[in-house]
Amino acid sequence: MSLAELICPAGTPAALRTAVDAGADAVYCGFQDATNARNFPGLNFTPEELAEAVAYAHAKGAKVLLALNTYPPAGKVDLWRQAADTGARLGVDAFIVADMGVADYIARTHPGIRLHLSVQAAASSPEAIRYYCENFGVKRVVLPRILTIPEIRQIRKEIPCEIETFIFGNHGLMVEGRCSLTNYLTGQSTNMDGVCSPASDVEYARHADGSMSSQLAGFTIDCFGAEEKAGYPTICKGRYTAPHRPKGYYAFEEPISLNLSQLLPELIDAGVHAFKIEGRQRSKSYVRGVVTAFRKAVDDIRAGRPANMADLVALTEGQKQTQGAFETKKWR
Amino acid sequence: MAVREMIKLTLGPIAYHWSAERRRDFYARIADEAPIDEVYLGEVICSKRAPFFEADLPATLERLERGGKTVILSSLAEVMLKRERKATADLAELASPEIEINNAAGLYARGDRPHRVGPFMNAYNEAAIAWMASRGATHVCLPGELPAPSIDVAAQAARALGLGVEVQVFGRASLAVSARCYHARAHHRTKDNCQFVCEEDPDGMPLRTSDDRPILRVNGIQTQSESYIDLLPEMGRLIADGVTHLRLMPQAVDMVAVAGLYREALDGRQTVAAAEEGLRALCGNVAFSNGFYHGAAGYRRIANAVPA
Amino acid sequence: MSSTVDTNPRNRTIGGAVVSRLACAAVQPILSRVVRRVAARHPSLFARLGPHQSTDFLIDPIELPFALHLRPDPKALVFRAVPRDAAPKAGAVIRGRFLLLLELMDSEEDGDAAFFSRDLEVAGDTEAVVRLRNALDDVDGSIAEEAAAMFGPPGKAILARLRRAYSET
Repeated sequence: MSLAELICPAGTPAALRTAVDAGADAVYCGFQDATNARNFPGLNFTPEELAEAVAYAHAKGAKVLLALNTYPPAGKVDLWRQAADTGARLGVDAFIVADMGVADYIARTHPGIRLHLSVQAAASSPEAIRYYCENFGVKRVVLPRILTIPEIRQIRKEIPCEIETFIFGNHGLMVEGRCSLTNYLTGQSTNMDGVCSPASDVEYARHADGSMSSQLAGFTIDCFGAEEKAGYPTICKGRYTAPHRPKGYYAFEEPISLNLSQLLPELIDAGVHAFKIEGRQRSKSYVRGVVTAFRKAVDDIRAGRPANMADLVALTEGQKQTQGAFETKKWR
Repeated sequence: MAVREMIKLTLGPIAYHWSAERRRDFYARIADEAPIDEVYLGEVICSKRAPFFEADLPATLERLERGGKTVILSSLAEVMLKRERKATADLAELASPEIEINNAAGLYARGDRPHRVGPFMNAYNEAAIAWMASRGATHVCLPGELPAPSIDVAAQAARALGLGVEVQVFGRASLAVSARCYHARAHHRTKDNCQFVCEEDPDGMPLRTSDDRPILRVNGIQTQSESYIDLLPEMGRLIADGVTHLRLMPQAVDMVAVAGLYREALDGRQTVAAAEEGLRALCGNVAFSNGFYHGAAGYRRIANAVPA
Repeated sequence: MSSTVDTNPRNRTIGGAVVSRLACAAVQPILSRVVRRVAARHPSLFARLGPHQSTDFLIDPIELPFALHLRPDPKALVFRAVPRDAAPKAGAVIRGRFLLLLELMDSEEDGDAAFFSRDLEVAGDTEAVVRLRNALDDVDGSIAEEAAAMFGPPGKAILARLRRAYSET
């Protein structure tokens, strides 16, 4: 595989075709159930749709990675095993996994198919990554969005597998795969059900002064003034008060998206093998815009040209972007 | 009651940045007075805090063992920096006491040598537990959000493999960890320049929604539930399902008394209702919750139709 | 990007109500044909709607004299123009400028981005809105173009003129 692969999101078959046509080297997607971390209403693939998607992608030289990156609660493991078997039958190019039981099953049952370690496994040190490589034959790790570039460079030297990093999209604040915030308020779990701030529990209310508040399961997450840009109603992007912050503040992070377009050459130099674009829950329009922009940037860099990156700020949450932890550890 | 008397009551690691003196006093009382069988020691949340009480660890450990407690050392939940990697590797080399591992880096360092699997290790199901057991796990603490039917299946599977099975029955739930320190952020600082401001909040820093509803607690890089988990009424079912260890998380309340109430309810020396009343009196205005256990929103308090 | 159109129904006049009723009557035959055609050509759309096939959506193009009532039930499709003061009680409301709504339907614009910028407003059952969005997003090609094509060259010309008119504002 070539350097600086572009890994692109697909929430629907149409989005997958859009991503492939826009120049994705690989597309990641999931089934319409709890086996993946974007188990959102109206999103994802039936097995029949996945079969067609694999055929479409392969015909155009792109790979299909199947996300099985949630944690089966005891008693329901079969759903994940069946999903893996179906994916194998349909010819996906890799599984993206987090749970050790799921990883062990695939390593034993489908040893010919690549295993990628999901960001949901939260492997943030060479030792943790090596654990998955040595025990399950993991070929690639998707790094948590909490490391600086020098730290990534150091990890690369100490692990036997490829590195994939997020370069654009939702800026996850919590260590993925260790977050039960949604379940605490809604009764639906990110790890076990694949949901995050489920739409069924979200309510928006417009007030007379033009402001709009967002609620999750009856808890007020934020209230945006008439002129303010909005964000997702996720708990980690909410505005709260604390004893030292009586006026209310973004206790975890403000609505903002990750955009590492300016850091691509450094990331390649640090040994990053693949760039991941977040956003399976987003539209074809997003996929088209973001994939096209990054395709061009990566091609420019490969050809030794300065990357001429399109402005993507309109697609970002809160219409703000950050380089997050990648730029400086002061972010922490 | 014979089965119930074999159930171990454990004390989880202190999640907060309590001062060295406070910790010494706390564990001295636990050692002497609390009907607790096993105590987990060590810093799980923030590696920056460890130096403050590391020097006391041997004495604390010895004190607790003298009090008849089994001591287990817990590893960090997040391992990223050099000092965190080293701390994890060093812990994994200990022959005794037992260790509880909370990060895959610890599993890597430990290899096939016996160890306990901590609540941050995501042992959600029988397949993961079987895998971990095959690599030396002797005991597993289940994730706090696992609902009753899954606890049942997981516990049976773990028991069949000879593992101990633990569930948190008291204290704030850990809801998330991050690389960013939210205590520092609240005080306009960064993690590297935090000046250990988390010490001001021995029971976590409360967050409230803009309409003034209590919602979460911040503890450095950790986010916790506002409510205390209270599974006193559910203990009977937990035990029937095969759970062997019940974990109390240290909060800034009289933990000796808390442990006493759980032990008395377990032993049938107090009714669950009376123990609940006692717990209520000990914990002030803090809300109790058991939603995760009942498959509902974690913060909820679900009434039990059939008290154990 | 921010819209200055007054969206408060209370500010609309009685004269407006008359115009609204006339406009509704004028566009209704077109709407009925469009929605049947789209449903026939894109049956997979309904699977993604799941339980919200029977939800009443109120689509509110803020600068038009009427709103649109959609119930995407394949057995009894409803898509009709309604005066705002006579709109049915909707399970979900989607509100924005007409061309933005057209572009969202065709995935030329990203719904989340339009929401972040506050150009798009949703109320009521958020899951219903998300399902409708995802269902429409899985349709290849342009629903607007398809609809326009149903009316031959005049339809296409009207759509082109409409887009031009908006892009100049």
